[in-house]
Amino acid sequence: MGMLEFFPEWLQYHGAALAVVLPLLMGAICAILPSERLAWITTLIVVSICTVTAFGLLLVTFGGESVIYKMGGWDPPKGISYVIDGLNTPVIFLISAMALLTTLYGLPSVVAEVEPKKRAPFYGAFLIGVAGLLGMVVTGDAFNVFVFLEVSSISTYVLVAMGASRDRRALAAAYRYLILGSIGATFFVIGLGFLYMETGTLNMADIGRKLQELEGGSRVAMVAFGFITVGLGLKLAMFPLHMWLPGAYAHAPSFVTVFLASTATKAALYLMLRFSFTVFDVSFDYVLTVVTYLFTGLGCAAMVLGSLQAIFQTDARRTLAYSSVAQVGYMLLGVGMATSLGLTAGYVHLLNHAVIKGALFFALGAFWYRYGITRTEDFAGLGKMMPWTMGAFTLGGLSLIGVPLTAGFISKLQLAEAALQRGWGWAVFVIMATSILAIIYIGRLILTAYFQAPPEIDGEVVKRNEAPLMMLIPMWILVALSITIGVNSDFVVQAGQMAAEVLGGIS
Amino acid sequence: MSYTPELALALLLIIPLVASVLIPLCRRHANIREAVTLISAALLLANVIYLVKIVAGGARPELHLGTFAGKFEIKFVLEPLGAVFAAIASSLWIINTLFSIGYMRGNEEKNQTRFYAFVAIAIAASMGIAASGNLITLFVFYEVLTLSTFPLVTHKGDAKAKRGGTIYALILMGTSLGLLLPAVIGVQVIAGTTDFMVGGVLEGKASMLAVSILLFLFAFGIGKAALMPVHPWLPNAMVAPTPVSALLHAVAVVKAGVFTMLKVVTYTFGPAIATGSSMSTILSWVAAFSIVIASIIAMRQDNLKKRLAYSTVSQLSYVTLGAMLATGYAIIGGALQIIMHAWGKITLFMCAGAIYTVAHRGEISKLNGLGRTMPWVFGAFLVGSLSIIGAPPMGGSWPKFFLMAGAIDSEKAILLAALIVSSILNVIYLIPIAVRGFMRPPDDPAKDAVIAIERKKHRWVIIPPVLTALGAFILFFFAGDMTDFLMPILPGGEF
Amino acid sequence: MFSAIFENFHYTIVIILMMTGLYVVFSSGNLIKKLVGLSVFQTSVFLLYISIGKVRGGQPPILVDDHSSGGEHASAATNLLAGAAEVPAGGAHHASDVLYSNPLPHVLILTAIVVGVATLAIGLALTVRIREVYGSIEEDVINEIDYRYNLEGTDS
Repeated sequence: MGMLEFFPEWLQYHGAALAVVLPLLMGAICAILPSERLAWITTLIVVSICTVTAFGLLLVTFGGESVIYKMGGWDPPKGISYVIDGLNTPVIFLISAMALLTTLYGLPSVVAEVEPKKRAPFYGAFLIGVAGLLGMVVTGDAFNVFVFLEVSSISTYVLVAMGASRDRRALAAAYRYLILGSIGATFFVIGLGFLYMETGTLNMADIGRKLQELEGGSRVAMVAFGFITVGLGLKLAMFPLHMWLPGAYAHAPSFVTVFLASTATKAALYLMLRFSFTVFDVSFDYVLTVVTYLFTGLGCAAMVLGSLQAIFQTDARRTLAYSSVAQVGYMLLGVGMATSLGLTAGYVHLLNHAVIKGALFFALGAFWYRYGITRTEDFAGLGKMMPWTMGAFTLGGLSLIGVPLTAGFISKLQLAEAALQRGWGWAVFVIMATSILAIIYIGRLILTAYFQAPPEIDGEVVKRNEAPLMMLIPMWILVALSITIGVNSDFVVQAGQMAAEVLGGIS
Repeated sequence: MSYTPELALALLLIIPLVASVLIPLCRRHANIREAVTLISAALLLANVIYLVKIVAGGARPELHLGTFAGKFEIKFVLEPLGAVFAAIASSLWIINTLFSIGYMRGNEEKNQTRFYAFVAIAIAASMGIAASGNLITLFVFYEVLTLSTFPLVTHKGDAKAKRGGTIYALILMGTSLGLLLPAVIGVQVIAGTTDFMVGGVLEGKASMLAVSILLFLFAFGIGKAALMPVHPWLPNAMVAPTPVSALLHAVAVVKAGVFTMLKVVTYTFGPAIATGSSMSTILSWVAAFSIVIASIIAMRQDNLKKRLAYSTVSQLSYVTLGAMLATGYAIIGGALQIIMHAWGKITLFMCAGAIYTVAHRGEISKLNGLGRTMPWVFGAFLVGSLSIIGAPPMGGSWPKFFLMAGAIDSEKAILLAALIVSSILNVIYLIPIAVRGFMRPPDDPAKDAVIAIERKKHRWVIIPPVLTALGAFILFFFAGDMTDFLMPILPGGEF
Repeated sequence: MFSAIFENFHYTIVIILMMTGLYVVFSSGNLIKKLVGLSVFQTSVFLLYISIGKVRGGQPPILVDDHSSGGEHASAATNLLAGAAEVPAGGAHHASDVLYSNPLPHVLILTAIVVGVATLAIGLALTVRIREVYGSIEEDVINEIDYRYNLEGTDS
């Protein structure tokens, strides 16, 4: 890795802490800045630094190394340690890069959707949310995970509620999210309590070691695993626990929706992987049972029911939100296979889906920005009114369906191959059947946009009014990325394999 | 950089793709735009001819484009079957472009730039399919072909086009993602590779059940082969302008389907197909059923393009039948059918387009006596019909002969009967069209006189079908060469 | 049976509180009551954590004199942490003969309490805003208004 030379030694070690602490501190400062433009610039600088740092860390782990950063110089397991390994660096990079793109996009979007005096605090909350997400991914301490989980959640509730100035339903959605999110986090912390009772430590690697020695531990460990699974399941919108998601995605400001859709559930899924495969281990019977039957079963249910619900929505954002529920199902299916291939596939889909959904929600945000459109029927004529944005939406949609030469195809290919290798022929058909459902719900939007004439207002056909460049650039970066992955997915697959190596899984 | 077989292979894709970029750039100058299309088509044909010669000499040029998604590799290998498909698509692209110019200008269609650009992409996708060296590459271009033809099918952009396009996309993408892709991955998992190899890759690796399931998935997953009951996209795609119907639905798309079918049977299954013999027998009956039923439906259509569409459904199943019989004669028969039917059917479609452009008529019942005003078009139509029916001395007679020999070989008399019945049905639904044109008195001689004057303006919709009709006739004499050329695709290189 | 319950009475209380809290969250239609339920639920978890830190016969974990010398144990805090982390909870024998209770769960739960307060604050703030916009804090009413809004598709 020749590129690693550009990153100084200290950054490779301290980067893990920097990426968390910097946005956390600057978030607080940002909130009290007098000017929204200043807040935006601060945010941009902070997330840029995070992205560069995360890229450096990614290169370190691509080089086959892992770093354990000791917070305050305390040795683990007593002190809190940050762990940089093949499993979390891609997610860290994903979160910070998406934060960067959304910040760029936010310049026009936030102005349109958030009240003026709330914009600086808005960016503050956003930065704290970024810090929370990065923190929960980077930390190696189980209780620290809970703290960062709550940091990111609380700032997310605020961000979702900021949508109230354009859609009052954002308030109710944020409230619902708050109740369910808090219950989820509390379940998680109950699980941690039991885990602490069983092992007497909170360092994740240490817990893992102790549980191995105890060969899975007593019933207390089982109960702990149950609570943790449910708690994280709520956060990652695992099928019956996804009720908060459609509302939050549909009514939050576009900026927040993009960021949430492409990072929040992904970070929670990462935690689920971390806990099920490295803290606990699939060699314990109860873990294997939950992973094999619960994850797979709920994953498939999510794929089918989520896609079906997506078809029947009248609001495009809700369609995509339910589609997200379904896509989480794909990831869970891959994880549920628990084989190296399955884990790779699930992880690859985690990354790919973030790219795809990000692009799609970017486009939806642009439609709202120009014409105030969120309903399916209002898509009429968008192909003529906003050709570039609609083009991005179409390409993103094709990727979601899983058309060759797009990222979505790589995901499905990997998942289907892993399923066959595991001997789960039926899973292939679930995957493909839901792809067909995806054709329907995406196709409906695309057909409406291209085949219906633009509406007339006061006898005049609505004119072409393309989204501003600041919206188009991040959108098309993601679309281009999706196609690049479709043509040559080596780096994504490599990241997936790296993660699968850390996770182990069954052979 | 010298002109090597590998470069030529890359150029197969590059030439049409470059054309698809250049065409929108020249959108303000219609003549330059059309010139770009024609020149690229000519270059492509020259390139293909060079490659065909190399392949005939026994070489198999290869090109690796790198891997994607771990084990899956994008890889191109040109072998005789692919060379044949590439030759058909590239040669007919030229003729069809001439026809398109006449048709699109004659009917003053909108968005002509988009039309030519997407045709170029579709041709690139066809070339990709022809030259694909493994199943996954083939699948990728198969999907690209579906997507790039979608804007062509829905070219008119009205409600009818939307409906037709929806059915088109839903069936083709549904079958390919739902059935074909699992089959491709299944082959990868079972055989460890999806490469195309003479003699197949599944021999000795797949159980009877696995082979049967894979055969089933391929047969219906290749929706472009229009085996009943996944055929409805074909008649629905007839909402497209006629040049699209002609090129894509008589040549590129449907031929890509049956070509895939043949390629899979010869290079993926090989002799292993015998392990799933009961499934292949069932599928050959389904094919025979498609042949007969589609012919019967075709008889009942009054709309000329619809009738031709159902005729296509029927004729495609000949190839599927050949693939499922999987004897040497049957496979060569199927391959010949791809060639002969392409030339015959494109003639018929272009004639239909010519009649529509010149006389603005699309219904068969309104064609009375029109042959007297448009003798060349109806003459070409008659020649094309005879070739489709399989009457000597037209090119179309050879595949029928080989397929019948194949049916006899595998001792399936009932399939032989189906082939004969279908030929009779072909006569019944095709010949009367030409006869109506020549023999019946015109309904309204005054109108026909106007058409006779009108005709002179539309030279470029009349010349191309005459050329292809001539081709369909000439090909009769080259069947021997083509059989020799195709022989290496059979294991052992003989029947 | 009963003796098991009485011996672990703190768990009984935790379970009762937990279930009460969850029940209130799910059954109540009033947004404030939901938050009350949520708080009860969270508090039960605080109690759970605090109770597991208790060691029978243990002293409060306060070090009177710094009896450790040399660089091995630099401060009292290190000692405590070492004691907490090395031995499973329930029997925290310190290096010295004095038996201390485990302080770590208390420290942890301080953080959780702060988080709980923050959540509650946001929840209440949201309720105030909902009251302003919808004119009600009853879930049924809010759903009804949203449902009608969805049907008509226009902003009021």
